[in-house]
Amino acid sequence: MTALLALFLREWRLAVRVGGGALMGALFFLIVVTVVPFGVGPDLNLLSRIGPAILWIGALLATLLSLDRLFQVDRDDGGLDLILMGESPLELVVLVKCLAHWAATGLPLVVASPLLAIFMNMEPIAIGATTLTLLVGTPALTFTGAIGAALTVTLKRGGLLLAILVLPLTVPVMIFGVSSATAVLYGNMPFATPFAILAALGLFAMVLGPLAAAAALRHAGE
Amino acid sequence: MRLIDYANPTRFLGLVAKVLPWLGAVTAATFAVGLWLVFFRAPADYQQGETVKIMYIHVPFAWLSMFCYMTMAGSALGTLVWRHPLADVSAKCAAPIGAAFTFLALATGSLWGKPMWGTWWVWDARLTSVLVLFIMYLGLIALQETIEDPARAAKASAVLTLVGAINIPIIKFSVDWWNTLHQPSSVFRMGGSTIDASMLIPLLIMAVAFSLLFVVVHLMAMRNEILRRRIRTMRMIEAAGAE
Repeated sequence: MTALLALFLREWRLAVRVGGGALMGALFFLIVVTVVPFGVGPDLNLLSRIGPAILWIGALLATLLSLDRLFQVDRDDGGLDLILMGESPLELVVLVKCLAHWAATGLPLVVASPLLAIFMNMEPIAIGATTLTLLVGTPALTFTGAIGAALTVTLKRGGLLLAILVLPLTVPVMIFGVSSATAVLYGNMPFATPFAILAALGLFAMVLGPLAAAAALRHAGE
Repeated sequence: MRLIDYANPTRFLGLVAKVLPWLGAVTAATFAVGLWLVFFRAPADYQQGETVKIMYIHVPFAWLSMFCYMTMAGSALGTLVWRHPLADVSAKCAAPIGAAFTFLALATGSLWGKPMWGTWWVWDARLTSVLVLFIMYLGLIALQETIEDPARAAKASAVLTLVGAINIPIIKFSVDWWNTLHQPSSVFRMGGSTIDASMLIPLLIMAVAFSLLFVVVHLMAMRNEILRRRIRTMRMIEAAGAE
């Protein structure tokens, strides 16, 4: 347990302190959201309508961007081999690494989203709902993305391939995340229904992601 | 006769050489019967006219796009669980065929949709989930091609195939849900049981014919892949000896 806690702290510190760390993802998120009005026009009504979707797409892209660092750094410095030989089950190690990664890269996105929502002219209730769905949904993105990160860990430039592999798998999270946020906006259905499914998808990804990523890492280390 | 008996590639190649001509002949015969039924026996739809004939290739393509993935998922289990030496050859060879069938399903559906629905593409639940399936096929192929070591590529794509096999039903469910949310009056519904026998029988024969075609092409691709790997090994031995 202490080993896993130490790993969490190590991962989190490395992610926050090295190379811009947490702020880079949030900055990218800001840029994506800023670029959208240039594309669709500055119509505030339109922006407030598509705001939740834009925030979700921005968060998805920002998460993808940071994922290739999840195992790559450890493989480069040999840490991955130590982890593979260590006593802690690899699945748990991957879970802890994902949690630390999310705390360093996903959580800043959630924190930044209310501010960006104001740029999108979203109503307070929609801002709250979108932030809540991002809080529940971004861990699912990280856990799903861990599979892609583990599969592409042996590749020198696997970032683009990672995105291609992971994006189709994130379709359900995206659908239910945006649906719960817009449900509040339009009131065409209760917020709880898609939100509960989103939470279920998150828990499911929490199990499947580490299992599959650990299997991929074992085979990559062979 | 068990599956493990064909772990030896030479024995497998012998079986393929024996079976393939017969299988090819049966496939050609089934196609001949199926196409004859489609073009000369099956009635034109009272509403859709002759364009309904697209159905006889479109539905088998769509069916095989799923069947190919199931073959790959089975092969992935064979690679990871039983470590069957030919399982990864099977998975690797099924991926491009599956992608081709999925693409054809999308393309024929689009061609059918233009005269029927008046548009090449709608974000219908079924179309959208097939599109996602197509992207997943391409991702798998990209992964296989990117990792150079065949054994490692096989393991990686096997993991991804199984993750996809678990996720495809979830994606399908989500897309259905998403679609009913966005367009509650979805009109595109084709109940399987409402098809008349005069159309159903040609359809089933065409489905069998295309499935046989899949088996033939898959076996041929596996044979080529085994030979390709042998050439690769021979080259590496030669290169090692030259030093």
